[in-house]
Amino acid sequence: MQTIQLLLSGLAQGMIYALLAFGYNITFATSKTLNFALGNFLMMGGVLGFVFYSTHHLPFAVTLAGVIAAGVVGGLILKKIAIDPSVKTKSSYNWILATLAVGIILKNMSEVFWSTDDFKLASPLGDDPLRLGGVGVFPQELLIIGVSLAIVIGVETFKRKTVFGKAILAVSEDKDTASLMGINQTLVVRFSFMLSAAIACVAGLLVAPITLVSATMGTVIAVKAYAVSIIGGLESGMGVLLGGVLIGVAESLTARYLSTGYKDIPGFVMLIAILLVRPSGVFGRQSIQKV
Amino acid sequence: MMKRLFLVAFLLCGAAQAQQGPIKVGVYGPFTGGSAGMGVSMRNGANLAADEINKAGGVLGKKIEVVARDDEARNEKGAQIMQELLEKENVVAVLGPINTGVADASSRYAEEKHVPLIINASAGAKVNELFAQYPENYVFRIAAGDLLQSELIVKEAVDVRHYKKPALLCDDTNYGQNGRAKMEKALEKRSVKPVYIGKFKIKDTDMTAQLQEAKAAGADALLLYGIGPELAAVANSLSRIGWKVDMIGAWTLSMSAFIGNAGKNGDGATMPQTFIEAGAKPGKQKTFVADYEKKFNEKPISVAVAAAQGYDSMYLLSLAIAQAGTTEGPKVKAALEDLKKPYDGITGHYDRPFSAKDHEAVKEANVVMGVVKDGKVVPPSPAPAAAKK
Repeated sequence: MQTIQLLLSGLAQGMIYALLAFGYNITFATSKTLNFALGNFLMMGGVLGFVFYSTHHLPFAVTLAGVIAAGVVGGLILKKIAIDPSVKTKSSYNWILATLAVGIILKNMSEVFWSTDDFKLASPLGDDPLRLGGVGVFPQELLIIGVSLAIVIGVETFKRKTVFGKAILAVSEDKDTASLMGINQTLVVRFSFMLSAAIACVAGLLVAPITLVSATMGTVIAVKAYAVSIIGGLESGMGVLLGGVLIGVAESLTARYLSTGYKDIPGFVMLIAILLVRPSGVFGRQSIQKV
Repeated sequence: MMKRLFLVAFLLCGAAQAQQGPIKVGVYGPFTGGSAGMGVSMRNGANLAADEINKAGGVLGKKIEVVARDDEARNEKGAQIMQELLEKENVVAVLGPINTGVADASSRYAEEKHVPLIINASAGAKVNELFAQYPENYVFRIAAGDLLQSELIVKEAVDVRHYKKPALLCDDTNYGQNGRAKMEKALEKRSVKPVYIGKFKIKDTDMTAQLQEAKAAGADALLLYGIGPELAAVANSLSRIGWKVDMIGAWTLSMSAFIGNAGKNGDGATMPQTFIEAGAKPGKQKTFVADYEKKFNEKPISVAVAAAQGYDSMYLLSLAIAQAGTTEGPKVKAALEDLKKPYDGITGHYDRPFSAKDHEAVKEANVVMGVVKDGKVVPPSPAPAAAKK
């Protein structure tokens, strides 16, 4: 019974890692750049959710729409100010610092204009744990698992079944050829940044009720999610789900049966092992760089 | 030559101005990040006291100017700030900080520069322990230290509530681990052995694993040492695994980050307090709460204990400066150790709070055990836990 309890909390935690890792993957697939501010977009989602839902008592649907809109606009702005200039200067790595900087700005902005404290966002489903045969589970945790699965599967299906989705796949496959085939590459990349930031914001809104809302809520999750996306394979959508669940569950089992002090070890051990054995991730494809 | 003369004249001007200018007091603590609630409340409390003192004519005919710096709860930042305050701002004394690690990383600069440092929140920072290294100790504290707090926590659990199998759960910072060691000692004195000792990290939100282990070990009480958000996570995880057990812990259980985030799961949590906002007595305490809430537009005070201690530390300092008749460090320190005028503060009545051998102002008599009830810390009920076996 205890183990089932742990598996469940690991699963919910892992899904959040997976969701953010999925955000990393989306932009990497289309543009070979990562948005390292994603953890702070998650924070932005949580903070805005708190402001809309708890401070101003707006309906949850409005809150959700507002948070998604903020993510879409935020992703667009980030692409314009952090990614485009460094791609233009032909620098391969400026975007790393530029996106990190955007993240720091976001975090400091919420500290200055909002608060430096931690707050609890009430779950729209209620905060009393459900009892399922001796196992306590917060309704929000079930929501996290459900929504995360829906987002990942939904986006993956969209990529495979629709014309625009196929354009995304084509750009991930080979940018230049896709361009030659008449695919608007810029539009696809811009869309991927907006989508990934919006997903991160939704993830923030999802975790907020079981963690707490604060300007620093995204920091740890961002690092773990990065490990997840490496483990799952930076270009594999389904891989991150498995990676997230692996790390989430391993963390809670280690904390219980080894020591709470070693909680973070399995994730990073897995990361190192994967990098040694299969650098492209469990589900990633070997990339061949032509010179 | 001309240039050099000019420079000398400029420097002289500067020196002359420093003598006429305000009395600069450094205040440092975390104003951003996870422990910001405590830092901001402490700074606000100190500012409020400084404003009152200035309105009443200042000290030695000069105004007090607060020089506040954000240490972000980072040890190395605290050390830098302390050097900046001492070397560049030339403050006459320093108040703060919140975090044990920050205090320990920065207090030596105050010792070396002979500038008094009154610690007004950090419970774990070394204070009287520093006498061994610096016989002329410049570090004082007006806050319940870890030694006092852990003694009171264990007393409440073992002597008052008669628990025999406590589990200890502490965060993995200097602060939490200090508290753990001291609680273990206090338990040892009563020949009680904790059945489980666990830890958690800052920003951990799921304590299920630790709590399951404590429960499996047969724990009958949880003794906690951490800060608000993580303590709230402990309370919420308790409700999740459906385990009802008494939580007794450090004063940080009174932080709004605990009370607000744990909600009804936090009810009954018990902690040592130097000041309880909900139990403010008419007179000085009530006025303080009203003034604070008006000035900073915050109700209830985010961390009332830190605000009250910040306020009192500023007053004790101003009394010492007035008594010394100067702002020279060694003389202010001597005055602090021999304060002639009793001070009736927010956190208690202080009659000669410090001596040459004891730099801890807060004694057991200044501290009461507060209990969380319906989203507020309230004074203990007259017959605490009498029904318990």
